[in-house]
Amino acid sequence: MTEKGTSSPGMSRALFYDRYVRYIFIASAFLLSITILFIVLFISRDGLKTFTQVKLTEFFFSTEWDPANNKFGAGVFIFGSFAVTLIALLVGGPLGLAAAVFMAKIAPSWMRAILRPATDLFVAIPSVVYGWIGLSVFVPFIRDKVGGSGYGLLAAGIILGIMILPTVITISEDSLRSLPKTLEEASLALGATRWQTIRRVLIPAAGPGILTAFILAMARAIGETMAVQMVIGNLPRLPASLVSPTATLTSNIVLEMGNAPYGSVWSNALFAMALVLLLLSLILILLVRRIARREEEVR
Amino acid sequence: MRRAQVADRLATVFFWLAGLTILAILAWFLFYVLARGLPHLTWKFLTSPPKSVEAGGGIAPQLFNSFYILLLSLIFSVPVGVGAGIYLSEYARPSRLTHLIRLSAESLASVPSIVLGLFGMVIFVNILGLGFTIIGGALTLALLNLPLLVRVTEEALRAVPQSYREASLALGATKWQTIRKVVLPAALPGLLTGVTLTSGRALGETAVLIFTAGTSTSRYLFDFNPLAAGETLAVHLWYVKSNPIVPDADTIAAASAALLVLVVLVCNFLIGIPGRVLHQRNTGNARKNKR
Repeated sequence: MTEKGTSSPGMSRALFYDRYVRYIFIASAFLLSITILFIVLFISRDGLKTFTQVKLTEFFFSTEWDPANNKFGAGVFIFGSFAVTLIALLVGGPLGLAAAVFMAKIAPSWMRAILRPATDLFVAIPSVVYGWIGLSVFVPFIRDKVGGSGYGLLAAGIILGIMILPTVITISEDSLRSLPKTLEEASLALGATRWQTIRRVLIPAAGPGILTAFILAMARAIGETMAVQMVIGNLPRLPASLVSPTATLTSNIVLEMGNAPYGSVWSNALFAMALVLLLLSLILILLVRRIARREEEVR
Repeated sequence: MRRAQVADRLATVFFWLAGLTILAILAWFLFYVLARGLPHLTWKFLTSPPKSVEAGGGIAPQLFNSFYILLLSLIFSVPVGVGAGIYLSEYARPSRLTHLIRLSAESLASVPSIVLGLFGMVIFVNILGLGFTIIGGALTLALLNLPLLVRVTEEALRAVPQSYREASLALGATKWQTIRKVVLPAALPGLLTGVTLTSGRALGETAVLIFTAGTSTSRYLFDFNPLAAGETLAVHLWYVKSNPIVPDADTIAAASAALLVLVVLVCNFLIGIPGRVLHQRNTGNARKNKR
């Protein structure tokens, strides 16, 4: 496709378009990089201002959060975020992994044909609807059967555990399914049962994929906002139990951002919490990429 | 050997139970939401404005804002998302730039939506000084849609057989002519499914919009002014439950939840079930389709 020997005006116009239209696409793609760069810049700009007035150690380790009295310890929220994420992984991890094994190796095709769209629907339900279900079903249920106010880590953890199911299921299933068929056949030929094959051969072989699934589920759980905010109870103090109200990074941002005057230490501290969330999710993505790269090198 | 066989049977039962549990949770959720909300989902509720203190208010402006903000956000995000998807599928070669762009798309997809919301707030509310506006909400929402649109575009284009491109190029068409007249039309169904899915997700989004489009609506019922405040249905559901001033907050929330779920069901079923696409959003990596 050289320009030489093209005399018709239509052809040269086509070549002109062909040459320059790609820059539009490159620009669109590059806009993604610029956007993420700007997000990091703007969130850190306001977030880092916090530390001119609040000590780094106070922010991360103090559990005293009282904006009216200039106490900005985000320890409670950081603890809350990790605690709900852990509970979510305990609830959704094993169930999701079991469902993934079921879909990849055991379910007949008609069952798979039902489960796959069902998994998609879990993703499609808006998080505010999950929160509403949590508020109207889980919180009263926990209050009656377990005790306490019903609000707290347990309610948030269970709702999140359900919300991360599709992430765990689809990625684990993909990685189980992409294993070479020979692995399974060799194990079965040696006389192993299906369960022994799954437990001793398939799950270990799919290990990196399953790990990726759990890391991404973690990223989703830690960044989830609405569902958690509606059932966590929203009290900035360390919870005495799984059923006492507390708060997380995301829930507290939603709760207080509307009241904090922009530019105040209070608002900056909320941005610092957003920065913690942003960095955590970026670290988790880099971790996933690293696992993927190591996988490629092995193969 | 006997024990191993018993264990195998038990494991099979266990895995069936896991699969059925997943279905049961979903069925129960859907049934609960629809059973609680559908009875309150009347024509009057859909078409009347909300009331501030007494019962009987509707959700007309919120419903309008939801679709208006969605439309605006798509106007911004579809061209850029499709453009970036075309670049990644048709032009990009393994290079630093491509690597950087992929990493950016994955990072953008993983940014928690509340963080995106704060970013939008800084730009539109604080720096530009617009206050809570429909346009601010729509542009921030566009950032949420972008990575998903890039992914669905790239996948839809990659699904077009290579022979189509070769045939077109062999006939003397330029690369751009090939993309425009051959690849894009062939990928159109996949693109449309992707856009539908993105829309379904954007309609239910809340955290991005609270601090950009706000929690109040314009005085006028169908206000096309992009600088008006634009509370959406999902935000409204959250707001009435967190600040229950109206006495019928519970029924408003139940009906709104049912409506949101109905929209989601329509997006997922009427337009087809574009499974893998949605999965890829979760995986956060650009693995190619295996099936």
